[in-house]
Amino acid sequence: MTHTSDRLARATQESTHERTPWRVRLALHDIDGITLLVVPAVLFVLGLFVYPFLYGLVLSFKPRAGDFLANYRKFFSDPFLYDTIYATLRLALPATIINVLVSIPVALRVRKLHRRRLLTTILVIPITLGTVLIAEGLLNYLGPQGWLNRTLMLLGVISAPLRLVHNYTGVMISLILSGFPFTFLLTLSYITGIDASLEQAAATLGATARARFRHIVLPLLVQGLAVNFCLSFVQTFSVFPSAVLLGAPAGDTRVISIAAYQAAYEQYDASMAATIAMIMGFVQLTVVVLALAGRNLFYRGAAGGGKG
Amino acid sequence: MSIAGRDFRELRLEDLNRSFGMLNALKGVSLSVKRGEFIALLGPSGCGKSTALNCLAGLLTLSGGSIWLDQTRIDRLKPEERGFGMVFQNYALFPHMTVRRNIGFGLTMQRRPKEEIARKVEEALAIVRLGQQGDKLPGQLSGGQQQRVAIARAIVIEPPLVLMDEPLSNLDAKLRLEMRSEIRRIHDLIGSATIYVTHDQEEALSLADRIVVMRDGTVRQVGTPAELYGRPAHADVAEFMGYRNVLPARVLDGGGSGCIQVSVGGAALKGMAIEQRPADQAIVAVRPDDLRPASDGPVAAIVESAQYHGREFYCSGRASDGTELYFCSPQPVRKGERVLLAADPTRVLIYAGTS
Repeated sequence: MTHTSDRLARATQESTHERTPWRVRLALHDIDGITLLVVPAVLFVLGLFVYPFLYGLVLSFKPRAGDFLANYRKFFSDPFLYDTIYATLRLALPATIINVLVSIPVALRVRKLHRRRLLTTILVIPITLGTVLIAEGLLNYLGPQGWLNRTLMLLGVISAPLRLVHNYTGVMISLILSGFPFTFLLTLSYITGIDASLEQAAATLGATARARFRHIVLPLLVQGLAVNFCLSFVQTFSVFPSAVLLGAPAGDTRVISIAAYQAAYEQYDASMAATIAMIMGFVQLTVVVLALAGRNLFYRGAAGGGKG
Repeated sequence: MSIAGRDFRELRLEDLNRSFGMLNALKGVSLSVKRGEFIALLGPSGCGKSTALNCLAGLLTLSGGSIWLDQTRIDRLKPEERGFGMVFQNYALFPHMTVRRNIGFGLTMQRRPKEEIARKVEEALAIVRLGQQGDKLPGQLSGGQQQRVAIARAIVIEPPLVLMDEPLSNLDAKLRLEMRSEIRRIHDLIGSATIYVTHDQEEALSLADRIVVMRDGTVRQVGTPAELYGRPAHADVAEFMGYRNVLPARVLDGGGSGCIQVSVGGAALKGMAIEQRPADQAIVAVRPDDLRPASDGPVAAIVESAQYHGREFYCSGRASDGTELYFCSPQPVRKGERVLLAADPTRVLIYAGTS
């Protein structure tokens, strides 16, 4: 009797000893009390991103008439709708590529300035202005009666005003102006992340400025440029205000977000609008995946020279 | 492309000046380096030694002065036109290139034929004993191996001058000793001149043919390791060369040169006059390992601490007038014990000035 109870007590003791407490096991996976701080962020993402996305996805399969794919079939059979993909890409891709390419030399130069902060501030101001203000400003500045055209005509460079707004050019200029600061800041941070001693070492080994850029800076920058391209592209792809204000929203610059807007607020077809939004997301995702896949062809490690 | 082969005779720095805004980092530094020499630029941080090296490499422009390689003035040339090899403190290996491509980079920039590059890279890999690591990326190597790659990359272009900026400071103590002899071996093998920046006097003493001690942007003394170890020209150089006891003293007799007697720490001590003194005030410099307990020693001190250093104890104590003294003792001493200390008069150096 006493024997058995002793043995039982020992057994329970041993089993509690052997089993690691759950807190310790969680801690081994880096989960502890502080991990709970992530909860608000997770709720935020679930409530404001995941849920609306899934809601939209489901909605896009519930058209007003026809089977569950009817909206998608309608989009891809109507050139007035599917052409918007091309119209948007025709704006977003060149604008993004120009911004990324131009940001490289500017960032290379700014990196060596003493008054970097001042210049950075000036370049960042367009971000704080927002696209609508930029569009209004450009309408005045580039319009037929704007300063630019009047000055050029006064100087006799042109005889009739250049058509720079309410067309493709206007939207393009606005996209470059409003997108550049963001692209530039990202490029600048990637470039300053490259250890300056690498370029110095290359110089002492006989590399000219051009060779240093080609063999050292550019290969180490490709990763950053790919990410930069993706972020800038996604921003540009959802262009709406400048396409409406500075473009020809019924013609050349009828971008995909305009189609979605019209479906939702002119035809009150929420399901169709959701479908267009889903297609828009899919096109963006395709471009981003292609860009990120492309960077895998290059070196992907740290851009420092020494031991991490 | 390099401006000269290894067959230069002399590199001359004439009155180099460099200022950063209000700060003068180099104030009139002059030096002459012969082919095959190993020169150490030694000094505390902020003394201008790295600035001098960067000016030599062309990474910094001079505010004044000139640099000559035999009859060619080179201080206006860009770094890529000078063709000096440089080894950086953080190695500065190109992280996206294999070891082979890192080492071959300089030759590729010179547009040498492929076979020649391949052959020279293999030679350089063999010199730094990294034969098996050629296809790895720098990130896959240990610190010591990365350091060897950096050296191979600098010497493979056969530069007239190899510049090294504290190349061992990121390595652990054991590796540092190993790489020290490696660096000297490679220097002897390739026969170009090496200028080596360090703040470690032991490193400078063991590596260099001549040591240049710098302080506040000026050259304080140039000499062989033996000269700097045994006869530092100034009290501040002595302090930097390991003379830990740098003490104010009063001259008792023999106002001239040679062996004189001074009063230090309340006791009379004989020493060698190095500098002329205007008054009877002086500074005495003694290495801790030259100050030892002796039964008839003139300086009495109370032991304050004793660290075991293997063969000896490294001790600190206080003389009767409160002066702090550092000395070595072969026998264990205890805290609070009274010891009598003596020093060989040829190892007691007397300088001008009051401190």
